[in-house]
Amino acid sequence: MNVSIAASRLQGTGANALELDNVGRHFGALVALSGVSMKIRAGERRAVLGSNGAGKTTLFNAITGDFLPSFGRIRFFGEEITHLPAHERIRRGLRRTYQISQLFTNLSIRDSVYLACRGVTNNRFSLLRPSPSDGAMAQAESIIHAVHLDGEAGLLVGTLSHGQQRQLEIALALAGAPRFILFDEPAAGLSPTERRDLIAILNALPGHIGYIIIEHDLDVALRVSEYVSMMHNGSLFKEGTPEEIENDPQVQEIYLGGGHG
Amino acid sequence: MSLVETQRTEKLRGSGWRELVTPAHGLLLLFLLVYPAMASDFFLTQIGGYSLILGMIALSLMLLAGYGGMVSLAQITIAGAAAYVIAIFGENNSGVHGFAWPWWVITPMAILFASVLSAAFGWVAVRTEGIYTIMITLAIATACFYFTQQNYALFNGFPGYSGLRAPEVFGLYWRDPVPFYYLCLANAVVAYAAVLYGARSTFGLTLQAVRDNPRRMRAIGYNVTAHKVFAWWLSGLIAGAAGVLLAWFNGRISPGSIAVGPAINILIIAIIGGLRHPVGPFIGAVVVVLIQTFAIDLVGAERFNTLIGLFFLAVVFLSPDGILGLWERVKPRPDRDAWGPGPERSGVRE
Repeated sequence: MNVSIAASRLQGTGANALELDNVGRHFGALVALSGVSMKIRAGERRAVLGSNGAGKTTLFNAITGDFLPSFGRIRFFGEEITHLPAHERIRRGLRRTYQISQLFTNLSIRDSVYLACRGVTNNRFSLLRPSPSDGAMAQAESIIHAVHLDGEAGLLVGTLSHGQQRQLEIALALAGAPRFILFDEPAAGLSPTERRDLIAILNALPGHIGYIIIEHDLDVALRVSEYVSMMHNGSLFKEGTPEEIENDPQVQEIYLGGGHG
Repeated sequence: MSLVETQRTEKLRGSGWRELVTPAHGLLLLFLLVYPAMASDFFLTQIGGYSLILGMIALSLMLLAGYGGMVSLAQITIAGAAAYVIAIFGENNSGVHGFAWPWWVITPMAILFASVLSAAFGWVAVRTEGIYTIMITLAIATACFYFTQQNYALFNGFPGYSGLRAPEVFGLYWRDPVPFYYLCLANAVVAYAAVLYGARSTFGLTLQAVRDNPRRMRAIGYNVTAHKVFAWWLSGLIAGAAGVLLAWFNGRISPGSIAVGPAINILIIAIIGGLRHPVGPFIGAVVVVLIQTFAIDLVGAERFNTLIGLFFLAVVFLSPDGILGLWERVKPRPDRDAWGPGPERSGVRE
């Protein structure tokens, strides 16, 4: 299938995009993440499910360096990134979106996406204005088009609707040739139409870009992923294909009954 | 629709300087250029030159606060550092140091030293946010004040240095009223235009984005600390240049020039003028200098600070965006020139 084709496109390194080795995080006495190990192939699309407080977002924060893990090791395409600052991980091709939109409210969409494209290039301190022929500017326009925000490109982010802000969140993650993306509940608060748009955008991503998606909406999650990891109380407790997970009685109990497995 | 928008965008994004060439700028510059023909020496130097100098120092604060969200109380300290370099390495009549190096050596040296010092201050301060940035820069400014006041070996302590002289170049003594005014004007225009242009440069955009959301900036690959420190370095260049002019203007530099009072004065100037546009600090400087100069005639020497305080209260009460904000309220067109060309409102989804 297209995943293996995509993997071979990466010069046959056969490397995993992401390897987590017993990654954990505690806040004082609270253990938010109690040792998660995971291997995700390049180009793989995986969903992480779990009830609130299961540690999904904490896992993302540890991977992207929003805060460092308390223990464990993280490797990204074979490179140890456990102790790298967040921006260094991004420059290696890792991207993320946030559950609650983290945007630049006083900038326009175009400028926001332009900055996201420039973030992984040289000369970020340039005191010259970007020229319309700037490569990053052209890339920004095509990404804005990909997330269907063409008509609004010049608007200030603070004036956008919630749905448009969610689209921009995704645009920022797509900028600058990502290799792997972490989507944190991208469908939260979207209308049914916007959800369909979102699924179309995710399915239209180039094959070499893998991702992990956190999603409460099983319909969305199972339609955009090929493998599913279930988390509960800060650790992984089940992995499988979408069909296996959907029909698993334990999963159904946690999702429908709110019990403790 | 999309064609119209594209053309509009090209114009707004205009990578050149064209955006700066507006009728308002033209009229203002014309007035400032012919001002010496109307003004007495006193109005030329004590009001005109001094306002431009204080305006530049406040502009260096506006750069940090308006675009970067970092309110600093140490800008006068940075300007003072440049002035001390001029005093120590140039000529003074205090009998301490005064190496009498030529002006074309000490001037760039002073500005460079001030900018590096500013970056160092910034490197300490960027670890904090909001009110804590104000507090830590106040602490730095206060520490520098006491250090210069108590250190005689380097800073000649309480009396500081006097007898600083502006250079004589091209047969002109640059502290004479007319040359000095034009020197200040040239510096202020360059600083103002650079800030206005730079606000929409790649770095200008990154700085505003860091102000809006540092966490997101990290998550798209930016080293937030480095970008903030670079902004401090740039603001140090402006404050440093103003500091050199201040040294020549006063003919002296002493701890009193960099005390807490003058430090807060810069913040008051910036806030009275407005932090939303680089012209704000200059408006604030003219207003404050006029009040400081003439309040004594109105209310007597003991009460002039009360008048400034009341005026400050009135401005902040009526318009949180300073005098600029008042203008924005009454000016005919609703779209505000906030951070540059302003929001485009042509987007209609097709």
